[in-house]
Amino acid sequence: MLTELRTKEVIVSVLVFALLVLVIFSFAMGTGAGTIEPLAPGILWVALTFGGVIGFNRIFAVEKENSHLEGLMLCPMDRAVIYWGKLAGSFTFMLAVAIVVTPIFLALFNLPLFLPRLAFIIVLAIIGFAAVGTLFSAVAINTRARDIMLPILFLPVVVPVIVAAVKATAAVLAGRPWGDMLTWLQIMIAFDIIYLVIATLVFEFVVEE
Amino acid sequence: MNGKHVLRDNVLLGLGFVLMMAALYMVFLYVSTEKHTGVVQRIFYFHVPIAWVSFLAFFITFVFSILYLWKRETKWDAIAFASAEIGVVFTTLVLITGPIWAKPVWGIWWTWDARLTTSLVLWLIYIAYLLVRSFAAEPARGARFSAVIGIVGFIDVPIVFITVNLWRTQHPSTIIFEGGLAPSMLMALLVCIAAFTVLYVILLIQSANLKLMETDIKRLISMQVE
Repeated sequence: MLTELRTKEVIVSVLVFALLVLVIFSFAMGTGAGTIEPLAPGILWVALTFGGVIGFNRIFAVEKENSHLEGLMLCPMDRAVIYWGKLAGSFTFMLAVAIVVTPIFLALFNLPLFLPRLAFIIVLAIIGFAAVGTLFSAVAINTRARDIMLPILFLPVVVPVIVAAVKATAAVLAGRPWGDMLTWLQIMIAFDIIYLVIATLVFEFVVEE
Repeated sequence: MNGKHVLRDNVLLGLGFVLMMAALYMVFLYVSTEKHTGVVQRIFYFHVPIAWVSFLAFFITFVFSILYLWKRETKWDAIAFASAEIGVVFTTLVLITGPIWAKPVWGIWWTWDARLTTSLVLWLIYIAYLLVRSFAAEPARGARFSAVIGIVGFIDVPIVFITVNLWRTQHPSTIIFEGGLAPSMLMALLVCIAAFTVLYVILLIQSANLKLMETDIKRLISMQVE
């Protein structure tokens, strides 16, 4: 019960953080008409990426503080199950953040609110984020200076997802056809599959004692 | 260290010295100055071999990371770690020699081109590799974590490259393999690649041995304390 409550707090604080990133960027880039539109996809993805980093930092925090992970490790099951459980959690978390942040972003930049294709891009990108983020969160939690370790590990590896998501989002916002974003979707799908497999394989080496 | 190893190291050192001298001779005296870009083009004979060595180094890290997670022998980890360190040093040199060439030729220090961006991302990933090691609570954990990053990070390289290549590219492409290079230039390049590869092997052996000795000493000290 208490854990639930804490998760809610984390979601709210990450949401506020992501919204702040949107606002700060709008100020930093200038809000005059015509100047901000080309930058809009980038701003959305910076907000979601940084929000994700902050959220992923907390994935294993509760377990670490209460040594629950040791308890989980005693369970007679494959370590990969722990990974997929945590992955489902962080994916849902990121999705919740994106569901709130994206409409606000679209409204702030006077863009059409209903964009099913954008939802598709967001889901693909978030799977990639969560796959890498969950793995590295387990690494970072066991190091000193853990809050800074996660972004240092996470951000370089997800560069392809960020590039692809920004490009695909730009295509959607400009109202270009599916064909224009197909390559980027393929990259994200490939990234998601590769990292889901790799992370499942190597996760047991991260959590073993 | 037994006599066989000393002999091997001396042979490698001798070979490295001869090759490096030959490389310097070829780069500065043998090869004629390139027509369009002038004398600055000579940095190419260092830039390409260094880039090659850094990729080789990260590949070796990748292979020995897998080996370490599989077999759990300290020596595999020492090799992976040593190779990552050398790789970071060489990638740093790539990122320095590149702009020195780019400024007079392209007129800019840096551009967000596929090869440049990939090198930069690579550099960041392996800096994270080294950081995780130094921030890990205990060495055994650091070895496991960094092995995981050595694997995950290396797999990222082709994906980053493909992505950024689609994004934009400007780097002089693989003219080397299309036969666009004069024979004398190709000769000089090959000698330089050989020289730097031998240098890499020497550094790798020395550094990995040093790391193994460090682990031994730490173990002895902890035994003494107990």
